Amino acid sequence: MALSQTTAAPAASESGFASALTTFVTALAVMAAGLIASIAVAVAVYAAFDFVLPYTKLLNALLVMVLGVAACFGYFWSSNKLLDTIYPASGAQIVSNITKANAIRPWLFLGPALIVVGIYLVYPVVNSVILSFHGPNGEAWVGTRNYEWLAQDPAFRESVRNNILWLIVVPAAATFIGLIAAALTDRISWGNIAKSLIFMPMAISFVGASVIWKFIYDYRPAGEAQIGLLNAIVTGLGGNPQAWITVPFWNNFFLMVVLIWIQTGFAMVILSAALRGIPEETIEAAVIDGASPFQIFYKIKVPQIWSTIAVVWTTITILVLKVFDIVLAMTNGQWGTQVLANYMFDWMFRGLDFGRASTIALVIMVMVAPIMVWNIREARKGIR
Amino acid sequence: MAGVLMKNIKKSYGATEVIHGIDLEIKTGEFVVFVGPSGCGKSTLLRMIAGLETITSGDMYIGDERVNDIPPSQRGIAMVFQSYALYPHMTVFDNMAFGLKIAKRPKAEIEKRVREAAEILRLTPYLERLPKALSGGQRQRVAIGRAIVRDPKVFLFDEPLSNLDAALRVATRIEIAKLKESMPDTTMVYVTHDQVEAMTLADRIVVLSAGNIEQVGAPIELYERPANLFVAQFIGSPAMNVQRAKIEKAGEHTTIALGRHRADLPIPSPAGMAGQEIHVGVRPEDLTIASNGDGLIDGRVNIVESLGEVTNVYVDVENGPEPIVVKLPGVQRFSRGEPVSLMAQPAKMHLFNESGRSLLYL
Amino acid sequence: MSTVVGARPALTWAVHIAVFVLVAIWTIPTLGILISSFRDKDQIVTSGWWTALAPAERNLVVRAAAPDDAIEENGRWVLRGNVFGEISGSVSAFGVSIQRPTEFSAGDTAETRDGELITIGENGDYAISYPERPEGARGQRLFVTSQEPPKFTTDNYETVLFSEGIGQSFINTLTVTIPATVIPILIAAYAAYALAWMEFPGRALLLATIVGLIVVPLQMALIPLLRLYNDIGVGKSFIGIWLAHTGFGLPLAIYLLRNYIAGLPREILESARVDGASDFEIFRKIILPLSFPALASFAIFQFLWVWNDLLVATVFLGNNEQQLVMTGRLRELLGSRGGNWEILSASAFVAIVVPIIVFFALQRYLVRGLLAGSVKGG
Repeated sequence: MALSQTTAAPAASESGFASALTTFVTALAVMAAGLIASIAVAVAVYAAFDFVLPYTKLLNALLVMVLGVAACFGYFWSSNKLLDTIYPASGAQIVSNITKANAIRPWLFLGPALIVVGIYLVYPVVNSVILSFHGPNGEAWVGTRNYEWLAQDPAFRESVRNNILWLIVVPAAATFIGLIAAALTDRISWGNIAKSLIFMPMAISFVGASVIWKFIYDYRPAGEAQIGLLNAIVTGLGGNPQAWITVPFWNNFFLMVVLIWIQTGFAMVILSAALRGIPEETIEAAVIDGASPFQIFYKIKVPQIWSTIAVVWTTITILVLKVFDIVLAMTNGQWGTQVLANYMFDWMFRGLDFGRASTIALVIMVMVAPIMVWNIREARKGIR
Repeated sequence: MAGVLMKNIKKSYGATEVIHGIDLEIKTGEFVVFVGPSGCGKSTLLRMIAGLETITSGDMYIGDERVNDIPPSQRGIAMVFQSYALYPHMTVFDNMAFGLKIAKRPKAEIEKRVREAAEILRLTPYLERLPKALSGGQRQRVAIGRAIVRDPKVFLFDEPLSNLDAALRVATRIEIAKLKESMPDTTMVYVTHDQVEAMTLADRIVVLSAGNIEQVGAPIELYERPANLFVAQFIGSPAMNVQRAKIEKAGEHTTIALGRHRADLPIPSPAGMAGQEIHVGVRPEDLTIASNGDGLIDGRVNIVESLGEVTNVYVDVENGPEPIVVKLPGVQRFSRGEPVSLMAQPAKMHLFNESGRSLLYL
Repeated sequence: MSTVVGARPALTWAVHIAVFVLVAIWTIPTLGILISSFRDKDQIVTSGWWTALAPAERNLVVRAAAPDDAIEENGRWVLRGNVFGEISGSVSAFGVSIQRPTEFSAGDTAETRDGELITIGENGDYAISYPERPEGARGQRLFVTSQEPPKFTTDNYETVLFSEGIGQSFINTLTVTIPATVIPILIAAYAAYALAWMEFPGRALLLATIVGLIVVPLQMALIPLLRLYNDIGVGKSFIGIWLAHTGFGLPLAIYLLRNYIAGLPREILESARVDGASDFEIFRKIILPLSFPALASFAIFQFLWVWNDLLVATVFLGNNEQQLVMTGRLRELLGSRGGNWEILSASAFVAIVVPIIVFFALQRYLVRGLLAGSVKGG
């Protein structure tokens, strides 16, 4: 832990429940006052502008943006100001004032984060568990019926099967290609440019990438000019064009290619840093021992970055478990390409069954959580 | 202007007590140096004066004010940190002006005080630079300047020279000594583990060990009359040699038996101590090598370190596991294994009782 | 390694070639979309984008004017016209039967079984001369192979920006993204400072809990929050989605920023404290400027993430014209305009160009962020 003491003021001198309660109540009051004040000012300014200025979309968007950010900053400023006014660090009461202010201030700093995280992450987990025992609109209690339904649902099984396929293929392929790319680009003069270009798909949205790859997979009947690169190559080599994303089973792999394409750059960047972190002496020792470049790579370098490889692998694994956009955009789960995240989305918006959708979400969470926990622990050990 | 007074100051982290009740008075305008090995609590004590550490129990006064609960900025102190702790994103000027700006002083005053401090420390040409564009010595001067600008009652230094190289360290040390002269009313407290800094800068040295004060005194007093074995061996380099001996006769003069030799020393000892086992200490520079057999201790030369100005001779002796170090002037030649006899000036020997306390202070 | 004596040049070449192939595979798909977005919409569907610079060959089937319109000329009845409508091109070959569409070259004269003489010039002008006065409203079918010069245009962009609603979506995405990037940074930075350098009971536990929340998958939060929004009347609004992105981004932000802020030199903060700065001032004047690298890398993360997000936007922002973000629009176009590559390619490029610019401009910080906490899985 970073430090234990930062201030001269001792912890609350009047110990006990009463003082803790006072601290808590004061903190809440100051927080609320700051929050209300800043939001009120933002709303007032918005109303004033809205009244004065001709209403245009762009202007409105800009105003909303600026006010949103300003209100956030306003909160921190005004709540701190308020605290300093209530407990000024001067005058006769200085010691007790500083003590009290120091007990409250951390909570002013933390307050918004705690509230937001509480609403957006803690509450949903609890609520999802509850919802998974309820019917479509979340009202009728149905016991474990959603789970029973899930267990025998063929589409769910298909999703699980496909998810497992994704889990096996994508992290392995992205990590492996990323490792190769990292090792190769580190050896050449234009390696940084190459890295940038391989890394670039990381900036592209899954939907954008789906459009890009759908164009590659585009299909025209035999005899017509093929405008999809893949079919052009296939017909150029004398084969028959295929509607790739409808080919049963194999279409999953064509979807996976999109994610591999996006994630390889990530793997490469992390692994490249790890490779460069290997002590030069171990490599020099191996050179003197007569190892070939390939032996150096597989026997000296790779074992030394094993923990980083594991972190990269699991990070991509977590991403894969939640993959949604690519399937939605490319096939929407048709032709046997359904995955859990998209299936959940299906039940949420098309099936309009919050109970079943929550149950599927819980399945995703149960699958993700252990890998994530391991990953965070490993990342803290390995990288720092 | 103000001094610092500590009354039974204690500090604990959880259940571990690291400072065991310090009583110390530092007078106005005094330059006091805390020395001691790492972990002795000297920095903690300084940080308690600064207000960067809470005081577990006891009372701390700066001037007449009890400051236990006063925040650092209101104690009238300034501090120079080991790592300089300059704000890397601010220019030299802004670094020095930061405290005044926080205190919302008028612009003209800030300008004037920063310029003055910069003038004293010859930093004027660098005022618009960022710290990263300065050398180590310049950075340290900025850190000192930042403290001067605050016009503190008490000036605190936390190992300010330990990040500098040897030559700069000497130069900056002299600079600090001059600074002290120019600020005669400002109390300065200086923490170091380097005894040369302590000896050269201090009006008084406080030797600390394991959270206790071992001795407080003027530099030469600590050197000549160390209160205990710890201080005796801490001050001086190479460290004082210590041998077991036995008092044969106590009184105005003390007669001791050291191995098969006997010596009559002009050092008083309490009468009741005759027959007791004691420690005898003698500094390497107080030893000479006698022609064989005439000395107090016999041994054989093990290692010779020739430094040019002095020669340190490590002599293996029969009645001690540690070699005895002799510091001889100039270049001296010895061969390994050569038998030698060591002689000491009787007046410069130090006697400590079984528990390590000097007989002078019993 | 390049300094080692006796490096093998063959291996070096192999490395260069291998990297080149990798780079090609990784850039060609995007290049395809980029080039296509500037091509003429008819050319996109008739030839691959990799032939964009070559003249495009097109097979046209044209019906000549009605025989009734033939005019008598020198004893024969002649019909004249041009096989090209608005488009231009040059005829390389033509034919009069579907079996042999390229039987004659431009300028040749073909004779049909009925004794009609047909000729088509390179510029597309045709003349059909009948021995007798023809009758009927159905014109003769002409099979023309034409070469068109490569055509590049910005029409596709004009179309998508102004009539396909991409322009509005762009503004919407911007409106979502900027506050959804700034707000979590601000909130997380204050929280991270408190967790790193302030003293209060339960600090370690709180930190562990917040970091632990990184494991909650997004999907989990959607239904409860949607219901909550509907219950309290936030509905589908920008504020709703800002806060949603803030909530989902906060654990990672706090984790990254706290690690960085806790690593700042303690003495600098103490020095500021001795100088009389309060926690609020220390945060604003010392921590914020010094944490710039960490703030920047998280900002890029969050920016890319929010800009590219489809799920959260679909759930918390409506699908209506006024609120649809770019990813949503793109996805909708994929469904409704699946074959219209001129629209898809231009839209896709509009959607990815901003993140790509941000990416190339600030790659340094992105990499640093990735290395500092490679834990976010989306």
